[in-house]
Amino acid sequence: MSELSVNHLLGIKYLNEKDIQLIFETADQFKEVINRPIKKVPSLRDITIANLFFENSTRTKLSFELAEKRLSADVINFSASQSSVKKGETLIDTVNNILSMKVDMVVMRHPNPGAGVFLSKHVNASIVNAGDGAHEHPTQALLDSYSIREKLGDVAGKNVVIVGDILHSRVALSNIFALKLQGANVKVCGPKTLLPTYIESLGVGVETNLRKALEWCDVANMLRVQNERLDISYFPSTREYTQLFGVNKALLDSLDKEIVIMHPGPINRGVEITSDVADSKQSIILNQVENGVAIRMAVIYLLASKIKNV
Amino acid sequence: MSQKTLLNSKEIGIILHRLACQLIENHLDFSNTVLVGIQPRGIFLAERLTRILRDEYDVNNIQLGYLDITFFRDDFRRSEKILEANKTKIDFVVENKRVVFIDDVLYTGRSIRAALTAIQSFGRPDDIELLVLIDRRFSRHLPIQPNYRGRQVDAINKERVKVNWEENEGEDMVYLINQEKDK
Repeated sequence: MSELSVNHLLGIKYLNEKDIQLIFETADQFKEVINRPIKKVPSLRDITIANLFFENSTRTKLSFELAEKRLSADVINFSASQSSVKKGETLIDTVNNILSMKVDMVVMRHPNPGAGVFLSKHVNASIVNAGDGAHEHPTQALLDSYSIREKLGDVAGKNVVIVGDILHSRVALSNIFALKLQGANVKVCGPKTLLPTYIESLGVGVETNLRKALEWCDVANMLRVQNERLDISYFPSTREYTQLFGVNKALLDSLDKEIVIMHPGPINRGVEITSDVADSKQSIILNQVENGVAIRMAVIYLLASKIKNV
Repeated sequence: MSQKTLLNSKEIGIILHRLACQLIENHLDFSNTVLVGIQPRGIFLAERLTRILRDEYDVNNIQLGYLDITFFRDDFRRSEKILEANKTKIDFVVENKRVVFIDDVLYTGRSIRAALTAIQSFGRPDDIELLVLIDRRFSRHLPIQPNYRGRQVDAINKERVKVNWEENEGEDMVYLINQEKDK
């Protein structure tokens, strides 16, 4: 009988390949559950989960909340903008106050890298990282790999290119870890200014020509330009970025094979991909969203099974 | 650890035919009946019965599904064992159908309790019956009894009933295993 090797999901960096397989196999079962007429199972009826979002989120927050509710957990939600954090309370104080209300698990998004790791050392609860600054976003990477596995049968041996703002992207880093762990070949593609200097040390290739990258890959994961994180100007104009690194239908059709298009959302339509690409049959963007719920159910279920009763 | 044989291949064959006939007696042409094997061990018995009904009694329209009860169990986070999920495959609606749960061993009744909850996700059946190969008497934790039973066994708690199937373990046998060390 297998179980996760970790008690928290802080990043893909801390997982091994068996963990990922276990999460995928469990997600297969949950995907079947969420397609039933009644989509709820009672497994986590005695677990309380706090969703702490110190940074804005739409789909991740909804996806986690839905996953928790489908597992019958009790859920409390917290947004930093409406809380005492604004009054100067520290992270540990905030979380310990919440935990003293008998919470078993914390799902946290935070603007600072390492916030999840920090918290896991100081509080007594399972921590799930829902994105920490530009560091990791493990559930997104898991659902991305799961969607590739679903579409192409396997992740191992596939060529995956991650296009866009790699420098500020937690999705990119988690994806690189997850894809490498499963034996995929990974390249990153984007303006030199948005590629981290030592990115090759992670074992990924670098390509600055989008066409070449697309010709090489089986899957292209298009990332959003994170305007909110761009403290200085990294490229001359959005128009130029789109011309050099945006995918449109004409470009896709000119390739000699059909590649899979992914996007973690939210999409800036007309910037990194055009609407006809986002809505084309090559795009699995909405499958990613559906799989997100199943993956998060699996992660929460597997972590909860490690919280001992009394 | 010692083990003794409860049923051999021939006895299992006879019992399976009797159970198949009992099902036909109550469900006639199976037009409104669905068989549901309980994962993981009930599916072998369910498949075997379906095959006997089809090949030897010409019942050709049997609907067979597999139900995994992992997420509905009441010992999540309570047992030392990690609960691992299996596949649920029910391609039909059970609304207004007659459902027959099929499992290899009935022990505490907790699995069947979980299955009764789990099946509700697929509709509201007209009625639910239970068929088991081995019924361990006097060990129930819940008021659950089988409608069809292969063999009734009196076993103490330290003993375990193990059902082996040809397609899985290479033999049709039922053993009673005493897990206490021999003195």
